[in-house]
Amino acid sequence: MNPGKELLRQEMMPHILCPGCGHGIVLNTLVRVLATRFSSMDQVALVAGIGCSSRIVGYIDAYTLHTTHGRALSFATGLKLSRPELTVIVITGDGDGLGIGGNHLIHAARRNLDLTCILFNNETYGMTGGQLAPTTVPHAFTTTTPYGNKEPSFDAAALLKACGATFVARGQAYRPDLLEELLNRAIAHRGFSFVDVMTDCTEYFGRKNALGGGSDLLFSQTRADEEIARDLDEWPRLRHPDGFPLREILPMGVLHEVSRPTLEEMMGLAGYEAREE
Amino acid sequence: MAIELVSGNEACARGAIAAGCNFFGGYPISPSSEIAETLAKLLPERQGIFIQMEDEMASVGSVLGASLGGAKAMTATSGPGFTLMQEHLGYATLAEIPCVVVDVMRVGPSTGVPTAPSQGDVMQARWGSHGDREVAVLAPASVKEIYDMTVNAFNIAERLRTPVVLMFDEVLAHMREGVELFQPSVEELWSRPRPVDHPSSTFQPYSPNSEGVALMPNFGDGYHFHVTGLMHNEKGFPTTHPETIRQLMARLKRKMEPLPLWLPAEHYRLKDAEVAVVAYGITARVAKEAVDRLRDQGILAGVYRPRILWPVGRSDLIETLGKFQSIVVAEMNQGQWVEVVERYLPNSVRVLLQSKLGGEPMTTEEILDGCREFVKKGVRAL
Repeated sequence: MNPGKELLRQEMMPHILCPGCGHGIVLNTLVRVLATRFSSMDQVALVAGIGCSSRIVGYIDAYTLHTTHGRALSFATGLKLSRPELTVIVITGDGDGLGIGGNHLIHAARRNLDLTCILFNNETYGMTGGQLAPTTVPHAFTTTTPYGNKEPSFDAAALLKACGATFVARGQAYRPDLLEELLNRAIAHRGFSFVDVMTDCTEYFGRKNALGGGSDLLFSQTRADEEIARDLDEWPRLRHPDGFPLREILPMGVLHEVSRPTLEEMMGLAGYEAREE
Repeated sequence: MAIELVSGNEACARGAIAAGCNFFGGYPISPSSEIAETLAKLLPERQGIFIQMEDEMASVGSVLGASLGGAKAMTATSGPGFTLMQEHLGYATLAEIPCVVVDVMRVGPSTGVPTAPSQGDVMQARWGSHGDREVAVLAPASVKEIYDMTVNAFNIAERLRTPVVLMFDEVLAHMREGVELFQPSVEELWSRPRPVDHPSSTFQPYSPNSEGVALMPNFGDGYHFHVTGLMHNEKGFPTTHPETIRQLMARLKRKMEPLPLWLPAEHYRLKDAEVAVVAYGITARVAKEAVDRLRDQGILAGVYRPRILWPVGRSDLIETLGKFQSIVVAEMNQGQWVEVVERYLPNSVRVLLQSKLGGEPMTTEEILDGCREFVKKGVRAL
């Protein structure tokens, strides 16, 4: 049996994720990590914003808080300060965390409150229909960049490191085994830990850029800058004349790990030491 | 207890401590900053948490997160920040998370005049967040009342699981008065209804009690439950079922109904009055002086002062003011609560708005002018 299955709220099924979406793999990996790390969910809170990624907290039988767009980290900050003994995990997306919620993300990293933030990075706004995100690669097509994206994209991991996060990692839906290890280490880390998880949106990002189906997208995560657009005849006008890499070469794994006092320690909060790792 | 000389903002912070507030998340803004500054000092001394957040959205976010963890939580702001908080106020209403938000009103719109008084946020407090919602808005009129009503605000927030807004203006915030700050007794402090059974999988976090309020365990107490800003059923899970949504919305409105009875309007020399002045907050104090002067001149005048602006205490308003022919509504805006008076009173009542803008408080003379309009025209009460 899959460890973690008992942590899923059966009454919330079926889930809302599209066929081919990578989020289910990340959810599956997360519940496996939770089930093996914790004896019960009595000390685990999951806080999310708005978007496809953020819906997944509702599927896990813990203290789950589905907040407003971009603001999950602010709720998590208040919750963690009032209940320092809890393990608080924030689920966000690239639009939620880096777009509307960018201010909260950089300040959460700076504060070094002992939170784990998992950012589901699908390079688009999936729930609203596939619009430009701050992570959409240059030239890519979305519903709001019909002539190709003219803006550079954020490197979430580099940004978070610069902001003072004490643990920064990047994983992929393509490699749940490595992701499991990264999530484990992020949760164990004392201080603000951040995991950028590359997970693809088949329905919008994949379709708009003629990248194929869910499995094609998963494999594309390994192909770096190799030309992966298929059936170009089908979408001839959607291709940049010079061709462009739809996959940038991104470093994976633990990218940054340092130790510095957490905000709980700086504030001398009672109960913090009791947090279950 | 000794009399202390404190400002309105300090009284608010002290009232919060008296009410058991143990979490403040805020962002600096004039003219409310002294509330944050006072609590930054007082809370850590009492094992409470003070945190300065990165903006006003985050302020309320942190307050709601802390409240879910079991804290009595508040924030304070002014007009522009209050605007940024509106989305989370709507969230707190639907997710039923107790919190107190203080809005110290300054001149707007926009940056306006940051350190000058107005009463321009009355309608923002009512309708600022999208969707229909019932709100709780208290309007103290003195430094002493700011202290007392901060305690009231926590009580209401906890008992009804709702955000409560306490609003006063820059003059009250910075004015110092000698007041006795009584510590309320344990019985006078209300807390949210909590489950007494052991946590079980059958627990329904949004199943209401007889007051229309659901039991609220803390995150961390063993009750695994889901909180969302989506419409939800009694289990707390999202729904689009129309009848479930209608029932939820009706309950959220119904549970607020007793509020005007808990903080009834003040009737000042109204019994035999022929002219009534309706005023709240700082303006009500000026109105009382105007009424005293009118009475010295033989004109029977009185003041009707709502202490809770929303929800409107309709029955008392209609019963008390419905018999008048002449009512002056004095407020430091272009006419906001006057719409309430006009809406609920019969057509036989002539309502005149005495408006004051520009960043100065209403003067006695200005209210007298409003009342004389009626007196000149020979309009008398029944």
